Amino acid sequence: MSGVRVLVGTRKGAFVLTADGKRENWDVSGPFFGGWEIYHVKGSPVNPDRIYASQSSSWSGQVMQRSDDGGKTWEPINNKFLYDGVPGTHQWYDGTPHPWEFKRVWHIEPSLTDPETVYAGVEDAALFRSSDGGKSWTELSGLRGHGTGPQWQPGAGGMCLHTVILDPSEPNRIFIAISAAGAFRSDDAGETWKPINRGLHSLYIPDPTAEVGHCVHHIAMHPSRPGVLFMQKHWDVMRSDDAGDNWREISGNLPTDFGFAIDVHAHEPETLFVVPIKSDAEHYPLDGQLRVFRSKSGGEEWEPLTDGLPQSNCYVNVLRDAMAVDRLDDCGIYFGTTGGQVYASTNGGDRWTPIVRDLPAVLSVEVQTLA
Amino acid sequence: MPGGEVVLEIDGPVTQRSVLDTLEARYPMLEGTIREHVTHKRRAFMRFFACETDLSFEPPDAPLPEAVVSGKDVFIILGAIAGG
Repeated sequence: MSGVRVLVGTRKGAFVLTADGKRENWDVSGPFFGGWEIYHVKGSPVNPDRIYASQSSSWSGQVMQRSDDGGKTWEPINNKFLYDGVPGTHQWYDGTPHPWEFKRVWHIEPSLTDPETVYAGVEDAALFRSSDGGKSWTELSGLRGHGTGPQWQPGAGGMCLHTVILDPSEPNRIFIAISAAGAFRSDDAGETWKPINRGLHSLYIPDPTAEVGHCVHHIAMHPSRPGVLFMQKHWDVMRSDDAGDNWREISGNLPTDFGFAIDVHAHEPETLFVVPIKSDAEHYPLDGQLRVFRSKSGGEEWEPLTDGLPQSNCYVNVLRDAMAVDRLDDCGIYFGTTGGQVYASTNGGDRWTPIVRDLPAVLSVEVQTLA
Repeated sequence: MPGGEVVLEIDGPVTQRSVLDTLEARYPMLEGTIREHVTHKRRAFMRFFACETDLSFEPPDAPLPEAVVSGKDVFIILGAIAGG
Protein backbone atom coordinates (compact mmCIF):
# COMPACT_ATOMS: atom_id res chain seq x y z
CA MET A 1 0.00 0.00 0.00
CA SER A 2 1.25 3.46 -0.78
CA GLY A 3 2.23 5.86 1.94
CA VAL A 4 4.20 8.96 2.77
CA ARG A 5 7.09 9.77 5.04
CA VAL A 6 7.49 13.39 6.11
CA LEU A 7 11.00 14.37 7.18
CA VAL A 8 11.01 17.32 9.55
CA GLY A 9 14.07 19.28 10.62
CA THR A 10 13.62 21.46 13.68
CA ARG A 11 15.60 23.78 15.91
CA LYS A 12 16.06 20.93 18.41
CA GLY A 13 16.09 17.68 16.48
CA ALA A 14 14.67 15.70 13.56
CA PHE A 15 11.32 13.95 13.35
CA VAL A 16 9.96 11.35 10.94
CA LEU A 17 6.19 11.33 10.38
CA THR A 18 4.67 8.40 8.52
CA ALA A 19 1.19 7.55 7.28
CA ASP A 20 -0.48 5.32 4.74
CA GLY A 21 -1.92 6.72 1.54
CA LYS A 22 -5.00 8.04 3.27
CA ARG A 23 -2.78 10.33 5.38
CA GLU A 24 -5.25 10.39 8.25
CA ASN A 25 -3.33 8.64 11.02
CA TRP A 26 0.26 9.65 11.60
CA ASP A 27 3.07 7.99 13.47
CA VAL A 28 5.64 10.41 14.84
CA SER A 29 9.15 9.18 15.62
CA GLY A 30 11.94 11.25 17.10
CA PRO A 31 13.47 13.43 18.17
CA PHE A 32 16.57 12.21 16.43
CA PHE A 33 19.70 14.18 17.35
CA GLY A 34 17.74 15.89 20.12
CA GLY A 35 18.96 19.33 21.05
CA TRP A 36 20.73 19.89 17.73
CA GLU A 37 19.64 22.17 14.92
CA ILE A 38 18.53 20.07 11.97
CA TYR A 39 18.51 22.40 9.01
CA HIS A 40 17.49 19.77 6.47
CA VAL A 41 16.59 16.11 6.07
CA LYS A 42 16.08 14.63 2.62
CA GLY A 43 15.85 11.16 1.12
CA SER A 44 17.20 9.75 -2.11
CA PRO A 45 14.56 9.48 -4.86
CA VAL A 46 16.42 6.40 -6.12
CA ASN A 47 16.59 4.61 -2.77
CA PRO A 48 14.00 6.12 -0.39
CA ASP A 49 15.46 4.26 2.57
CA ARG A 50 18.61 6.33 2.23
CA ILE A 51 18.11 9.64 3.99
CA TYR A 52 20.62 12.37 4.76
CA ALA A 53 20.40 14.85 7.62
CA SER A 54 22.30 18.04 8.38
CA GLN A 55 22.93 18.34 12.12
CA SER A 56 24.67 21.35 13.61
CA SER A 57 25.20 23.34 16.77
CA SER A 58 27.13 26.39 17.84
CA TRP A 59 29.21 24.17 20.13
CA SER A 60 30.19 21.27 17.90
CA GLY A 61 29.71 22.68 14.42
CA GLN A 62 28.53 20.52 11.56
CA VAL A 63 27.74 16.82 11.70
CA MET A 64 26.24 14.91 8.79
CA GLN A 65 24.07 11.85 9.30
CA ARG A 66 22.87 9.10 6.98
CA SER A 67 20.18 6.50 7.41
CA ASP A 68 19.86 3.43 5.20
CA ASP A 69 16.67 2.12 6.76
CA GLY A 70 14.22 4.93 6.20
CA GLY A 71 15.19 6.98 9.22
CA LYS A 72 15.05 4.30 11.92
CA THR A 73 18.80 4.30 12.58
CA TRP A 74 21.50 6.78 11.66
CA GLU A 75 25.26 6.82 11.24
CA PRO A 76 27.48 9.90 11.11
CA ILE A 77 29.18 10.46 7.78
CA ASN A 78 31.93 12.82 6.72
CA ASN A 79 31.57 16.41 7.89
CA LYS A 80 34.67 17.83 6.22
CA PHE A 81 33.56 20.66 3.95
CA LEU A 82 36.77 22.30 2.82
CA TYR A 83 36.69 25.11 0.30
CA ASP A 84 38.76 24.47 -2.78
CA GLY A 85 41.96 26.52 -2.71
CA VAL A 86 42.20 29.87 -0.98
CA PRO A 87 38.57 30.84 -0.29
CA GLY A 88 38.98 34.60 -0.72
CA THR A 89 36.43 37.11 0.47
CA HIS A 90 32.81 38.08 0.03
CA GLN A 91 31.12 41.23 1.31
CA TRP A 92 30.20 41.54 4.95
CA TYR A 93 26.99 43.28 6.06
CA ASP A 94 28.77 46.65 6.03
CA GLY A 95 30.22 46.12 2.56
CA THR A 96 33.75 45.34 3.74
CA PRO A 97 35.54 42.19 2.53
CA HIS A 98 35.04 39.17 4.77
CA PRO A 99 36.79 35.82 4.44
CA TRP A 100 34.76 32.79 3.41
CA GLU A 101 34.13 30.63 6.50
CA PHE A 102 32.21 27.37 6.58
CA LYS A 103 29.36 27.40 9.11
CA ARG A 104 26.74 24.77 8.27
CA VAL A 105 24.90 22.77 5.65
CA TRP A 106 21.56 24.36 4.80
CA HIS A 107 20.29 22.05 2.09
CA ILE A 108 20.90 18.48 1.00
CA GLU A 109 19.91 17.38 -2.51
CA PRO A 110 20.34 13.70 -3.33
CA SER A 111 20.89 12.81 -6.97
CA LEU A 112 17.86 11.89 -9.06
CA THR A 113 19.67 8.87 -10.52
CA ASP A 114 22.48 7.71 -8.22
CA PRO A 115 21.95 6.98 -4.51
CA GLU A 116 25.66 7.51 -3.84
CA THR A 117 25.67 11.06 -5.20
CA VAL A 118 24.40 13.91 -3.08
CA TYR A 119 24.82 17.69 -3.11
CA ALA A 120 25.13 20.00 -0.12
CA GLY A 121 24.47 23.73 -0.15
CA VAL A 122 26.38 25.43 2.65
CA GLU A 123 26.98 28.70 4.50
CA ASP A 124 29.21 30.59 3.63
CA ALA A 125 27.75 29.97 0.22
CA ALA A 126 29.20 27.10 -1.76
CA LEU A 127 28.04 23.86 -3.31
CA PHE A 128 29.62 20.52 -2.43
CA ARG A 129 29.10 17.08 -3.96
CA SER A 130 29.71 13.62 -2.62
CA SER A 131 29.89 10.65 -4.96
CA ASP A 132 30.35 8.06 -2.22
CA GLY A 133 27.25 8.45 -0.09
CA GLY A 134 28.72 11.19 2.05
CA LYS A 135 32.07 9.59 2.88
CA SER A 136 33.81 12.58 1.28
CA TRP A 137 32.82 15.97 -0.08
CA THR A 138 34.29 18.04 -2.90
CA GLU A 139 33.46 21.64 -3.59
CA LEU A 140 32.12 22.53 -7.03
CA SER A 141 34.26 25.62 -6.85
CA GLY A 142 33.38 26.96 -10.27
CA LEU A 143 30.35 28.52 -8.58
CA ARG A 144 32.17 30.42 -5.87
CA GLY A 145 35.02 31.24 -8.24
CA HIS A 146 33.15 32.24 -11.37
CA GLY A 147 33.77 35.93 -10.75
CA THR A 148 30.94 37.55 -8.83
CA GLY A 149 31.73 35.89 -5.49
CA PRO A 150 33.44 38.95 -3.99
CA GLN A 151 30.14 40.86 -4.48
CA TRP A 152 27.98 38.35 -2.58
CA GLN A 153 26.86 39.30 0.89
CA PRO A 154 24.89 37.62 3.67
CA GLY A 155 21.18 37.89 4.17
CA ALA A 156 19.80 38.15 7.68
CA GLY A 157 20.22 34.39 8.16
CA GLY A 158 23.78 34.30 6.88
CA MET A 159 25.27 33.88 3.41
CA CYS A 160 23.70 30.56 2.66
CA LEU A 161 23.27 28.42 -0.40
CA HIS A 162 19.78 27.15 0.42
CA THR A 163 18.28 25.87 -2.80
CA VAL A 164 19.59 23.12 -5.08
CA ILE A 165 17.40 21.90 -7.95
CA LEU A 166 18.47 19.11 -10.28
CA ASP A 167 16.90 19.10 -13.74
CA PRO A 168 15.33 15.69 -14.45
CA SER A 169 15.49 16.20 -18.22
CA GLU A 170 19.00 17.64 -18.45
CA PRO A 171 21.32 15.63 -16.20
CA ASN A 172 24.04 18.27 -16.37
CA ARG A 173 21.79 21.17 -15.42
CA ILE A 174 21.73 22.40 -11.80
CA PHE A 175 20.00 25.45 -10.36
CA ILE A 176 21.03 26.95 -7.04
CA ALA A 177 20.11 30.04 -5.05
CA ILE A 178 22.01 32.07 -2.48
CA SER A 179 20.96 34.71 0.02
CA ALA A 180 21.97 37.33 -0.85
CA ALA A 181 23.55 36.75 -4.21
CA GLY A 182 20.73 35.38 -6.34
CA ALA A 183 20.11 32.42 -8.59
CA PHE A 184 22.73 30.61 -10.65
CA ARG A 185 22.68 27.83 -13.24
CA SER A 186 25.20 25.30 -14.40
CA ASP A 187 24.74 23.39 -17.66
CA ASP A 188 27.83 21.23 -17.26
CA ALA A 189 27.19 19.33 -14.03
CA GLY A 190 28.50 22.07 -11.79
CA GLU A 191 31.80 22.86 -13.50
CA THR A 192 30.86 26.36 -14.64
CA TRP A 193 28.08 28.69 -13.54
CA LYS A 194 26.33 31.85 -14.54
CA PRO A 195 24.03 34.21 -12.64
CA ILE A 196 20.40 34.02 -13.79
CA ASN A 197 18.86 37.10 -12.21
CA ARG A 198 17.67 39.18 -15.17
CA GLY A 199 14.29 40.63 -14.34
CA LEU A 200 14.76 40.63 -10.58
CA HIS A 201 14.28 44.06 -9.02
CA SER A 202 15.49 44.56 -5.46
CA LEU A 203 15.09 48.01 -3.98
CA TYR A 204 17.31 47.20 -1.00
CA ILE A 205 20.54 46.98 -3.01
CA PRO A 206 22.46 49.88 -4.59
CA ASP A 207 21.63 48.78 -8.15
CA PRO A 208 18.14 47.25 -8.00
CA THR A 209 18.69 45.29 -11.22
CA ALA A 210 22.28 44.21 -10.58
CA GLU A 211 23.58 40.93 -11.97
CA VAL A 212 24.02 39.60 -8.40
CA GLY A 213 23.08 40.71 -4.91
CA HIS A 214 19.42 39.69 -4.83
CA CYS A 215 18.07 37.93 -1.77
CA VAL A 216 16.37 34.94 -3.33
CA HIS A 217 14.53 33.00 -0.64
CA HIS A 218 13.52 29.86 -2.50
CA ILE A 219 12.92 28.42 -5.97
CA ALA A 220 10.54 25.65 -7.00
CA MET A 221 10.22 23.65 -10.20
CA HIS A 222 7.73 21.10 -11.48
CA PRO A 223 9.65 18.07 -12.79
CA SER A 224 7.53 17.83 -15.94
CA ARG A 225 8.48 21.39 -16.96
CA PRO A 226 12.03 21.98 -15.79
CA GLY A 227 12.35 25.18 -17.81
CA VAL A 228 9.69 26.87 -15.68
CA LEU A 229 10.89 28.15 -12.34
CA PHE A 230 9.00 29.89 -9.55
CA MET A 231 10.80 32.07 -7.03
CA GLN A 232 9.94 33.59 -3.69
CA LYS A 233 12.32 36.51 -3.37
CA HIS A 234 12.90 38.68 -0.28
CA TRP A 235 10.06 40.70 -1.73
CA ASP A 236 8.30 39.62 -4.94
CA VAL A 237 7.15 36.28 -6.29
CA MET A 238 8.75 35.66 -9.66
CA ARG A 239 8.48 33.28 -12.61
CA SER A 240 10.84 32.25 -15.39
CA ASP A 241 9.81 30.34 -18.50
CA ASP A 242 13.31 29.99 -19.91
CA ALA A 243 15.26 28.19 -17.19
CA GLY A 244 16.05 31.36 -15.33
CA ASP A 245 17.36 33.48 -18.20
CA ASN A 246 14.56 35.97 -17.66
CA TRP A 247 12.18 36.51 -14.75
CA ARG A 248 8.89 38.35 -14.41
CA GLU A 249 6.92 39.22 -11.34
CA ILE A 250 3.76 37.21 -10.63
CA SER A 251 2.89 38.61 -7.19
CA GLY A 252 -0.42 39.82 -8.60
CA ASN A 253 -3.06 40.18 -5.89
CA LEU A 254 -1.06 38.74 -3.01
CA PRO A 255 -1.64 40.86 0.12
CA THR A 256 2.13 40.94 0.67
CA ASP A 257 4.73 39.40 -1.56
CA PHE A 258 7.33 38.90 1.15
CA GLY A 259 7.78 35.29 2.20
CA PHE A 260 10.07 32.31 2.22
CA ALA A 261 8.38 29.11 1.03
CA ILE A 262 7.05 28.33 -2.43
CA ASP A 263 6.10 25.03 -4.05
CA VAL A 264 4.26 23.53 -7.02
CA HIS A 265 1.40 21.01 -7.02
CA ALA A 266 2.65 17.54 -7.95
CA HIS A 267 0.25 17.05 -10.86
CA GLU A 268 -0.71 20.60 -11.84
CA PRO A 269 2.39 22.49 -12.98
CA GLU A 270 0.53 25.82 -12.97
CA THR A 271 -0.73 25.45 -9.39
CA LEU A 272 1.53 27.20 -6.88
CA PHE A 273 1.51 27.68 -3.14
CA VAL A 274 3.09 30.47 -1.09
CA VAL A 275 2.71 31.68 2.48
CA PRO A 276 2.78 35.49 2.50
CA ILE A 277 4.64 37.00 5.44
CA LYS A 278 4.02 40.56 6.59
CA SER A 279 7.44 42.08 6.00
CA ASP A 280 11.18 41.67 6.25
CA ALA A 281 11.05 42.97 9.82
CA GLU A 282 7.82 41.25 10.85
CA HIS A 283 8.25 37.58 10.07
CA TYR A 284 4.66 36.49 10.66
CA PRO A 285 1.43 36.39 8.68
CA LEU A 286 -0.67 39.47 8.10
CA ASP A 287 -3.32 40.20 10.74
CA GLY A 288 -2.45 37.11 12.77
CA GLN A 289 -4.08 34.91 10.11
CA LEU A 290 -2.11 31.97 8.76
CA ARG A 291 -3.09 31.79 5.11
CA VAL A 292 -1.61 29.78 2.30
CA PHE A 293 -2.16 31.42 -1.05
CA ARG A 294 -2.75 29.29 -4.13
CA SER A 295 -2.56 30.25 -7.76
CA LYS A 296 -4.01 27.87 -10.32
CA SER A 297 -2.84 30.02 -13.20
CA GLY A 298 0.91 30.02 -12.69
CA GLY A 299 0.85 33.22 -10.68
CA GLU A 300 -0.75 36.69 -10.76
CA GLU A 301 -4.15 35.48 -9.50
CA TRP A 302 -4.03 34.12 -5.97
CA GLU A 303 -6.68 32.86 -3.55
CA PRO A 304 -6.33 32.52 0.23
CA LEU A 305 -6.66 29.06 1.76
CA THR A 306 -7.72 29.22 5.39
CA ASP A 307 -9.80 26.17 6.27
CA GLY A 308 -8.16 24.43 9.19
CA LEU A 309 -5.52 27.11 9.69
CA PRO A 310 -5.54 29.52 12.66
CA GLN A 311 -7.23 32.78 11.70
CA SER A 312 -6.48 34.82 14.79
CA ASN A 313 -3.46 35.51 16.98
CA CYS A 314 -1.11 33.47 14.80
CA TYR A 315 2.40 34.89 14.54
CA VAL A 316 4.51 32.01 13.27
CA ASN A 317 6.78 31.95 10.24
CA VAL A 318 7.12 29.34 7.50
CA LEU A 319 10.75 29.07 6.49
CA ARG A 320 12.10 28.56 2.99
CA ASP A 321 12.61 24.80 3.05
CA ALA A 322 9.55 24.08 5.17
CA MET A 323 7.02 23.32 2.41
CA ALA A 324 6.81 20.18 0.29
CA VAL A 325 4.36 18.09 -1.73
CA ASP A 326 3.83 14.36 -2.07
CA ARG A 327 3.15 12.61 -5.39
CA LEU A 328 0.10 10.55 -4.54
CA ASP A 329 -2.86 10.86 -6.93
CA ASP A 330 -4.51 13.42 -4.68
CA CYS A 331 -1.39 15.48 -4.09
CA GLY A 332 -0.63 16.24 -0.48
CA ILE A 333 0.82 19.63 0.48
CA TYR A 334 2.73 20.04 3.73
CA PHE A 335 4.32 22.91 5.59
CA GLY A 336 5.89 23.44 8.99
CA THR A 337 5.92 26.54 11.15
CA THR A 338 8.28 28.12 13.62
CA GLY A 339 5.54 27.40 16.17
CA GLY A 340 6.16 23.67 15.76
CA GLN A 341 3.08 22.72 13.74
CA VAL A 342 3.21 20.65 10.58
CA TYR A 343 0.06 21.11 8.50
CA ALA A 344 -1.07 18.89 5.66
CA SER A 345 -3.73 19.14 3.00
CA THR A 346 -4.81 16.16 0.92
CA ASN A 347 -7.22 18.07 -1.30
CA GLY A 348 -5.05 20.62 -3.00
CA GLY A 349 -5.01 23.08 -0.14
CA ASP A 350 -8.77 23.47 0.38
CA ARG A 351 -8.59 21.99 3.88
CA TRP A 352 -5.63 21.78 6.24
CA THR A 353 -5.02 19.58 9.26
CA PRO A 354 -2.15 19.70 11.74
CA ILE A 355 -0.49 16.29 11.63
CA VAL A 356 1.71 17.24 14.59
CA ARG A 357 1.53 20.51 16.42
CA ASP A 358 4.00 20.93 19.25
CA LEU A 359 7.43 20.29 17.79
CA PRO A 360 10.36 22.67 18.19
CA ALA A 361 10.49 25.42 15.57
CA VAL A 362 10.36 23.75 12.15
CA LEU A 363 13.26 24.52 9.85
CA SER A 364 12.52 22.15 6.99
CA VAL A 365 9.91 19.72 5.67
CA GLU A 366 10.46 17.14 2.95
CA VAL A 367 8.11 14.39 1.82
CA GLN A 368 8.82 10.96 0.44
CA THR A 369 6.06 9.21 -1.49
CA LEU A 370 6.45 5.50 -0.83
CA ALA A 371 5.26 2.72 -3.13
CA MET B 1 29.29 10.85 23.64
CA PRO B 2 28.28 13.67 26.00
CA GLY B 3 29.25 12.81 29.54
CA GLY B 4 31.26 9.82 28.37
CA GLU B 5 34.72 8.94 29.69
CA VAL B 6 37.33 7.12 27.65
CA VAL B 7 40.82 5.91 28.47
CA LEU B 8 43.41 6.64 25.79
CA GLU B 9 46.83 5.07 25.34
CA ILE B 10 49.20 7.73 24.04
CA ASP B 11 52.73 7.25 22.80
CA GLY B 12 55.01 10.20 23.49
CA PRO B 13 54.18 13.48 25.20
CA VAL B 14 50.68 13.77 26.61
CA THR B 15 49.36 17.10 25.39
CA GLN B 16 46.04 18.55 24.29
CA ARG B 17 47.07 17.82 20.72
CA SER B 18 48.07 14.21 21.30
CA VAL B 19 44.98 13.51 23.40
CA LEU B 20 42.65 14.97 20.78
CA ASP B 21 44.51 13.33 17.89
CA THR B 22 44.13 9.97 19.63
CA LEU B 23 40.50 10.59 20.51
CA GLU B 24 39.62 11.57 16.94
CA ALA B 25 41.49 8.56 15.57
CA ARG B 26 39.31 6.29 17.71
CA TYR B 27 36.11 8.23 17.04
CA PRO B 28 36.43 9.84 13.58
CA MET B 29 32.94 11.30 13.83
CA LEU B 30 34.37 13.75 16.39
CA GLU B 31 36.66 15.33 13.80
CA GLY B 32 35.65 18.93 13.30
CA THR B 33 33.37 18.98 16.36
CA ILE B 34 35.95 19.80 19.07
CA ARG B 35 38.60 21.39 16.88
CA GLU B 36 38.22 22.93 13.46
CA HIS B 37 39.19 20.79 10.52
CA VAL B 38 42.66 21.56 9.10
CA THR B 39 43.66 24.31 11.56
CA HIS B 40 42.84 22.18 14.63
CA LYS B 41 41.90 25.37 16.39
CA ARG B 42 39.61 24.78 19.40
CA ARG B 43 36.00 25.55 18.53
CA ALA B 44 34.88 28.71 20.26
CA PHE B 45 32.29 27.11 22.57
CA MET B 46 34.40 24.10 23.57
CA ARG B 47 36.56 24.34 26.69
CA PHE B 48 39.25 22.11 28.18
CA PHE B 49 39.72 21.53 31.91
CA ALA B 50 41.87 19.32 34.14
CA CYS B 51 42.71 19.38 37.84
CA GLU B 52 40.14 22.14 38.34
CA THR B 53 42.07 24.35 35.95
CA ASP B 54 40.88 25.88 32.68
CA LEU B 55 43.39 24.76 30.07
CA SER B 56 41.44 26.12 27.11
CA PHE B 57 44.01 28.77 26.31
CA GLU B 58 47.12 26.69 26.95
CA PRO B 59 49.27 25.93 23.89
CA PRO B 60 48.15 22.66 22.26
CA ASP B 61 51.60 21.15 22.66
CA ALA B 62 52.00 22.04 26.34
CA PRO B 63 52.27 18.94 28.58
CA LEU B 64 49.08 18.08 30.45
CA PRO B 65 49.26 17.79 34.26
CA GLU B 66 50.89 14.64 35.61
CA ALA B 67 47.61 13.64 37.25
CA VAL B 68 46.04 13.39 33.79
CA VAL B 69 49.02 11.51 32.37
CA SER B 70 48.88 8.97 35.20
CA GLY B 71 45.13 8.58 34.95
CA LYS B 72 44.39 9.97 38.42
CA ASP B 73 42.45 12.89 36.98
CA VAL B 74 40.52 13.38 33.77
CA PHE B 75 40.96 15.77 30.88
CA ILE B 76 37.55 17.33 30.45
CA ILE B 77 36.16 18.51 27.09
CA LEU B 78 33.16 20.65 27.94
CA GLY B 79 30.67 22.57 25.88
CA ALA B 80 30.46 26.11 27.20
CA ILE B 81 27.33 26.75 29.18
CA ALA B 82 25.21 29.10 27.14
CA GLY B 83 21.61 29.50 26.19
CA GLY B 84 20.05 28.38 22.95
